[in-house]
Amino acid sequence: MFHIIHRRALIAAMAAAAFVPFTASVPVQAMDGKLVIVTSYPPDTTNIVKKAFEAKHPGIKVEMLKKKTTAGIKYLQATSGNNTSDMFWASAPDAFEVLKDDGLLQKYQVKVTGIPEKIGAFPINDPDGYYKGFAASGYGIMWNTRYLKAKKLPVPKTWGDLAKPVYHGHVGMSAPSRSGTTHLTVETLLQGEGWEKGWAKWKQIAGNFKTVTERSFGVPDGVNSGQFGLGVVIDFFGLSSKASGFPVDFLYPPVTTLVPANIAIVKNAPHVKAAGTFIEFLLSPQGQEVLLDPKIRRLPVNPATYAKAPKGFPNPFKDKSIGSAVKFDLQLSKNRYNVVNSLFDVMITYRLKDLRAATKAIQTAEAKLSGKSNSAAQKLIDDARALVTKVPITAAQAGEKGFNGIFKKKRKKATTKVTGRQAEVEQKWDTEIKANYAKAKELAEKAASML
Amino acid sequence: MNFFVRGQWGPKTVGLFLALFLFVFLILPVGKVIYVAFQDPNTGALTLINFIDFFNTSLFRESFVNSFYVASMSVVLASAFALPLAYFTTRFNFGGAAIIQTLGIIPLIMPPFVGAVAMLLLFGENGSVNLLLGEWFDINIPFMEGLNGVILVESIHYFPFILINLSAALNNIDRAMEESAQNLGASGMRLFRRIVFPLAMPGYVAGASLVFLKVFDDLGTPLLLNINNMLAPQAYLRITSIGISDPMGYVISVILIAFSLLALWTSFLALRGKDYATVQKGGGGLMKRDLRPVEKVGCYAVIIFILLLVLAPHFGLAILSLGTVWSYAVLPDAFTLDHYSSALSTSTQFITNTLLYAGLAATIDVVLGTAIAYLVWRTKLIGRQWLDYAAMGAVAIPGVVIGIGYLRTFSEFNVPIIDKPLSSWWVIIVIAIAIRRLPYALRACVAALQQVSIMLEEAAENLGANKRRTVSRIVVPLMSGGLVAGFVISFATASVELSATIMLVSQESDSPLAFGIYEFMQSASGRGPGAALGIIAVLIVGFATYVSHRFIKYKETGYAPDMAAAAKTGARG
Repeated sequence: MFHIIHRRALIAAMAAAAFVPFTASVPVQAMDGKLVIVTSYPPDTTNIVKKAFEAKHPGIKVEMLKKKTTAGIKYLQATSGNNTSDMFWASAPDAFEVLKDDGLLQKYQVKVTGIPEKIGAFPINDPDGYYKGFAASGYGIMWNTRYLKAKKLPVPKTWGDLAKPVYHGHVGMSAPSRSGTTHLTVETLLQGEGWEKGWAKWKQIAGNFKTVTERSFGVPDGVNSGQFGLGVVIDFFGLSSKASGFPVDFLYPPVTTLVPANIAIVKNAPHVKAAGTFIEFLLSPQGQEVLLDPKIRRLPVNPATYAKAPKGFPNPFKDKSIGSAVKFDLQLSKNRYNVVNSLFDVMITYRLKDLRAATKAIQTAEAKLSGKSNSAAQKLIDDARALVTKVPITAAQAGEKGFNGIFKKKRKKATTKVTGRQAEVEQKWDTEIKANYAKAKELAEKAASML
Repeated sequence: MNFFVRGQWGPKTVGLFLALFLFVFLILPVGKVIYVAFQDPNTGALTLINFIDFFNTSLFRESFVNSFYVASMSVVLASAFALPLAYFTTRFNFGGAAIIQTLGIIPLIMPPFVGAVAMLLLFGENGSVNLLLGEWFDINIPFMEGLNGVILVESIHYFPFILINLSAALNNIDRAMEESAQNLGASGMRLFRRIVFPLAMPGYVAGASLVFLKVFDDLGTPLLLNINNMLAPQAYLRITSIGISDPMGYVISVILIAFSLLALWTSFLALRGKDYATVQKGGGGLMKRDLRPVEKVGCYAVIIFILLLVLAPHFGLAILSLGTVWSYAVLPDAFTLDHYSSALSTSTQFITNTLLYAGLAATIDVVLGTAIAYLVWRTKLIGRQWLDYAAMGAVAIPGVVIGIGYLRTFSEFNVPIIDKPLSSWWVIIVIAIAIRRLPYALRACVAALQQVSIMLEEAAENLGANKRRTVSRIVVPLMSGGLVAGFVISFATASVELSATIMLVSQESDSPLAFGIYEFMQSASGRGPGAALGIIAVLIVGFATYVSHRFIKYKETGYAPDMAAAAKTGARG
């Protein structure tokens, strides 16, 4: 009896001994065996990077969770109490700023070397160490070559060109409130040209809009299929569309900025180690080269990688004209983030029909005036333009903390007092804008009737 | 002592369970959303100020008018598509009626945003049709400009609601009614206007009110066509771009909900006090007659024209899935099968997920729908109407609102055993879809039940069958045509659901097909594979629909003996 029991106990003990290291290793393996990445990138990008990464690190299975940048932020905020995501991977640095401010990211120290401090005029990594740039993106104009040929339109060179009457009804763009990258485009021009002049230029361009798309990809999609001829897009949309065989082309106008696309580890990430491995991979020469894939076409942050780029691929480390004209002020952008979004929507997205009508009237009047001198008509046209380009608030106001509070819904403390409501402010703007556009149209038509 | 009356316990337990389910998965999350609409964003106190802001904003007033206009016009256009298809196939001996009806349902099983992509390529300002028209006649017809595009895409997408419900109703009309009318001298239009149409009214109104509500709430189509000045897109844009706590998004949600409930109530009123039940089921349906050759040509011409138009999104999608580059041209530059192989190599998971989710959700819907319909129309349970209102209310809740409500309500609740928040477990997607599609199944169940005369039940009960037996042996078998219709509608539309799932998918391996297509469509080289995936989805669901259609036909031919048997067992039991 004893003997038997003893033997059984021994076997049990041996089994336990054999299992201890094994069972202990299970959670460790489970921790590193998986990686959940919240990303705004299309499957073309994520699948290719995932494949390359998993080939290099076969033990780690990557799960990509696709969310639009804004939706991704909201998702991480909503699930922060019970976080299951490891990383956030998206373009717009301001999105990372928002997450950083909310305390939803954790710091990481990169081991890979060979990445410079800056690209264009922009620091590649977050100075506080929370997120890392892995690629750069610039903003520019893409166009459908067949469309331009069929409609006999010239190729634009600058943002200002898009405001010319020939492009009326042929341009598409997304709204900054809908797309983080578009927000950067809008902000770049505002910073490059100044608040009043920047908005004036945007409104002149917007007067030629065919549509304001709901998603940022709606713009390359529209240009690719020929729904409209030209679009304001982030570079890789243009470059990858071209690489996919569409009859389109892309260029950087002089006033553009290069902004890093980023990656960060989420706070309380379940698989921190795997997340670190992923960052190291992305920044390694191999990971950087993946970015040159025809379906991705992003600008690597490692200057050495450009040696392997196809002919004609833009190289911001060599070609200093790309992205150096504007020194992008991230703090300024952050301060007025929501105000800029709201202004764009009130003045352009939701009043596009009125804006287009006013612009058309002005363009018609100007066409009639050209070659003639009629100071009265000229004055009316100038007045009409001034009305169209007018912005309801000044730059100082837009950056003012208290005013921004109205647009920032998440109060830090319940006692924080904010006066005014966003809907109230927007309604006031809308009334003013609508009247201005109507008046501008009337003035321009009057001018045209005098000629 | 009423409590102990035999047969009251069953309905009560069922009623309680239904109430609990609807409370947890519909009322609670939506209640959270509604509550925010009445909260002062700054102080958190209850207030009406957000509603005052809404009505003071011209953009919102404009959006309201646009939504109303689009929804009404879509009902008109959808009726124009559905009436001939339903009438011809049920009224006349017609080759391939089943195929025509199946084809007529297919528009429902394409995600509206995919349909809009295809429609833009075909009918857009620089789409195939307009490029040809420009070349031949130098004209450009604005099919897709502004609200026109939304109306066209929506009515093509949603007209099957009218078609299915109307066909079911026409098939259930008592032939004796028609014969009596004919004996009394009515024929042709008069017969249709005075007898057939009024008798088919419940089906038509059910379908039309669904179309109105769905269009009123639909998000995907206007967004894809970049129409912002409508209510649902405004709600979505406010919630997603300004933030989850912007009150305007919630106010619009409340207004959408209120308005949709009002429309629903109106349709109830319109039907109240009319008895559409038919005593006899066997040999039901209109008398079918043969067409004269000339009539046949005319009918086929009309049907083919309608089918061509309503299947245009599918043609467009098929061409897109087979084409290489399609840009500012009538047709793609070249054709290839590559998109299918790349779609299939990466996306089998999406397909199995979709079948699983949609199948589960549709089963839940039909079970719940039958239970609710029976409780509401056949019992005297206190508060039974509220079950109906609550379940139908789901139709008025935009998908995003359900998504946000679920995220808010269930992220704190951990599911035991798997130890994950409920909001990121795939089952929540099934529940969200089931709740969103419950109204369709419920309407189908109610329409089916309304046409089963209560006299048959009374007869069974007089013969000694208890409640449970009566329901399972008499009511459900007689409703089976409607139940399958309900299942098909729920299943087909659930498999393309996007607006709620887009918020709730927490990992790629849980994604359903519509989400996969949406992802593909977000990149230049993904348009082809995305379209291929869309075609695969259409084929799968189309096949399922056809099979269940055959099943209905089979059941119908087997009805008369079934009925006799049911009555007999009822008598014995």
